Amino acid sequence: MAGPRDWEISRRDLMVGAGAGAVLAATPKLAEAGASLASETRMPTLASVSFTVNGEGRRLEVDTRTTLLDALRERLQLTGTKKGCDHGQCGACTVIVDGHRINSCLTLAVMHEGSEVTTIEGLGQPENLHPMQAAFVKHDGFQCGYCTPGQICSAVAVLDEIKAGIPSHVTVELDGELLPTSDEIRERMSGNICRCGAYSNIVDAMAEVAGRRA
Amino acid sequence: MPMKFNEPAGANPIDRQKVIGKPFDRIEGPLKVTGRAPYAYERHDAVENPAVGFVVGAGIAKGRIKSIDVTAARKAPGVLAVVTAETAGKLGLGKYNIAKLLGGPEIDHYHQAIAVVVAESFEQARAAAGLLRVDYAAEKGVFDLRGTKDTSVKPKPSGGDEPDSAKGDFAGAFEAAAVKLDETYTTPDHAHAMMEPHASMASWDGNKVTVWTSNQMIDWGVSDLAKTLGLPKENVRLVSPYVGGGFGGKLFLRADAVLAALGAKAAGRPVKVALPRPLVFNNTTHRPATVQRVRIGAGRDGKITAIGHETWSGNLPNGKPENAIDQTRLLYAGANRMTATRLALLNLPEGNAMRAPGEAPGLMALEIAMDEMAGKLGMDPVEFRILNDTQVDPENPERKFSQRRLSECFRIGSGRFGWSARKQPGETRDGRWLVGMGVATAFRGNLVMKSAARARLAADGRITVETDMTDIGTGTYTIIAQTTAEMLGVPLTQIDVKLGDSAFPVSAGSGGQWGANSATSGVYACCVKLREAIARQAGLDPLKADFADGQVTADGKSVALAGVANARDIVVEDGIEFGDLDKRYAQSTFGAHFVEIGVDHATGESRIRRMLAVCAAGRILNPKSARSQVIGAMTMGAGAALMEELAVDKERGFFVNHDLAGYEVPVHADIPHQEVVFLDETDPYSSPMKAKGVGELGICGVAAAVANAIYNATGVRVRDYPITLDKLLSAMPEVG
Repeated sequence: MAGPRDWEISRRDLMVGAGAGAVLAATPKLAEAGASLASETRMPTLASVSFTVNGEGRRLEVDTRTTLLDALRERLQLTGTKKGCDHGQCGACTVIVDGHRINSCLTLAVMHEGSEVTTIEGLGQPENLHPMQAAFVKHDGFQCGYCTPGQICSAVAVLDEIKAGIPSHVTVELDGELLPTSDEIRERMSGNICRCGAYSNIVDAMAEVAGRRA
Repeated sequence: MPMKFNEPAGANPIDRQKVIGKPFDRIEGPLKVTGRAPYAYERHDAVENPAVGFVVGAGIAKGRIKSIDVTAARKAPGVLAVVTAETAGKLGLGKYNIAKLLGGPEIDHYHQAIAVVVAESFEQARAAAGLLRVDYAAEKGVFDLRGTKDTSVKPKPSGGDEPDSAKGDFAGAFEAAAVKLDETYTTPDHAHAMMEPHASMASWDGNKVTVWTSNQMIDWGVSDLAKTLGLPKENVRLVSPYVGGGFGGKLFLRADAVLAALGAKAAGRPVKVALPRPLVFNNTTHRPATVQRVRIGAGRDGKITAIGHETWSGNLPNGKPENAIDQTRLLYAGANRMTATRLALLNLPEGNAMRAPGEAPGLMALEIAMDEMAGKLGMDPVEFRILNDTQVDPENPERKFSQRRLSECFRIGSGRFGWSARKQPGETRDGRWLVGMGVATAFRGNLVMKSAARARLAADGRITVETDMTDIGTGTYTIIAQTTAEMLGVPLTQIDVKLGDSAFPVSAGSGGQWGANSATSGVYACCVKLREAIARQAGLDPLKADFADGQVTADGKSVALAGVANARDIVVEDGIEFGDLDKRYAQSTFGAHFVEIGVDHATGESRIRRMLAVCAAGRILNPKSARSQVIGAMTMGAGAALMEELAVDKERGFFVNHDLAGYEVPVHADIPHQEVVFLDETDPYSSPMKAKGVGELGICGVAAAVANAIYNATGVRVRDYPITLDKLLSAMPEVG
């Protein structure tokens, strides 16, 4: 594992390079402008990262400490993805990366070079709702709305996981057809907390979408 | 002059129920499910590039700060300002606050905010906050409620109620009763644990400050922020159109708003602050733990002759008690009664309102006691409750309930739930599961609060309603739009609702389950005035005007609303004030909770199988959003029964499990399909809407119904919440 010093180039070098029209390479480039590594005086380590968000290519220069969640919310101003705990405990920050749902608070932006990220904004728009979004409205699968984008991103990914035959803790028959039963849905959705307690309605919304697919 | 509600409501346009009472989808739903509804920390639309404040909490529970060395933090990259009590200037204490929101040098509780570090970015502010060097002089504090029984005191009356009540001869009647119960129950400290942490963004313009925040009670927040900062109230504006859950935890001004304002002043630019999740549990308020003694005496016929309920809880100096006896004064008949409330001094974080303060923990105890008493009498717990139902205030029999259909809730619920299949404790088995059913009463007072709104009819016929009322997930946007549409005879899609801005008329706010009924009543009053203004503008007699199908009609002449306001908008403002009908009549909401549970015979693991609530709560304004309120409250009640407990470090004085992994709340896998039935009723004594509240009723009694179901499944009676498997295991029956 390379230490920071092995990656080091100066911020000035980076700026000069960029000013000269250099194109940033696909791998993250790091800049350390501080004279000392003592934490008290250490300047932020910056890196550029490129990924696709909701089908659009984005390139950012970020403080390497920036989570994917904060990159989305603060830098790209895609605030549909929520910060509930910042510790991977609540699921409000769930997004879909390369087809899999993840907690965007538990991963750094710079780890996603080349990733394809789908957020709640990419699933649908108010006048053009994704079927899962429409089902949440119809079944009142939310109240305050804060966990909702994470619930919906998770819900979409959960039905894909079941369709792909990926078993869960409650799967009884590992070699049979996997069905989107209420038990499977509840088990797989349990990483997404809803303190308003809309669970019963969320399961109804997901069952409707699963049924429509089947 | 606001509309006065002094006498029961007569017939009015709301009774048409063309829009009101219908299960419309939430009108803001499409914004929420697509991530377009902006919460406090996300107002990129309002403020460009704010700096970020990171809050530092005290590392001791009681004592003082000897010194804070901010040198390193100030020098850290990106840092714009560090604000502490030393540098903040003189700060006031809000009317609704007990402990200071920026502590120092005295520390009142663990994680009390002691500094905010403002930097260009979140990452920089967080790193710099870690560089503060704080030297404390810690003092001993009192942290264990159970050691305080002898030092607890009779608190000051709160909300007009004396801490003690008495009627008849409780001691004599209890002594003489043929069947008696005398048990003590404990409930732990609970956290609101709403999904959106407390967050605010502040921007100054001269000596005026605007704060985008997440708050249930806008006007309280404005007053207390002004008081804290030493500003005239008119220099403070709060904006809170979306609130990511509150449950009482966002009733009051909290540290995020104060520190965003102070940080913005110090940095000379807008600043946003969100409480880090691990800070929320000790920095903000919680539902206090209680110890409750319940005594019930009855004749062999099952009629209660004596009922007594004592409770004690703890709080910081000037804090209030948890009024866990409230429901016992009104719920069951019985000539001889007593209640007592005692308060201990504790140096834990501030205890305050959480969903159904008083009744939620009170019914956790009382409704187990009722189940135990039914057992002693050999009666069915449903029949025992119906037998002791009352139509009058038991302390004051001349005072009637405005409406009370509690027994009907039980009868309907029994039938729907299949209650008659319930067997004796430990007798029902399903594989490895011991299965049981439990029941409990839901009861919560119907509070009303004055509330105002502004309404505007535009030339195109669209109507906009503005009020500082909040929607904390309760469905406010939708029911206000429904009220307006009903009153003006237009489709729901013609209405725009704007909420949560102190620039709008002051509303009831969201708390105490008064929000829906009170705020829509304020909108009703405003719409009455708008109808008059429209009729006059249309040249019609306001007294005869009827509003339907987008038209106003009187004396055979109809005019379309679109076009009435041709030159300029018609704008009116009005509100409602409530008289003493809530004193002349006992006003409450009622329900019956039914729960079926399975308890693993080997591990003691409890799994809820079915839940049903039957509620009588006046007119239900929107059955879809009201049902969601109730199932959500049932879920929170299930948490209180089975898992929720803030664990107190009794040496160092703080809640140890201060995050969402340590403080367990129900998740999807814990909650089965839930059913809710609303009785079809209206209560004209409550308001012109003839509605009440359901958001808190829904949690009342749930935990006891779960506890009683566990007893029915296993024969093990646990009186110490939450009912975790360790409390069941040693007493579980031997089964093959």
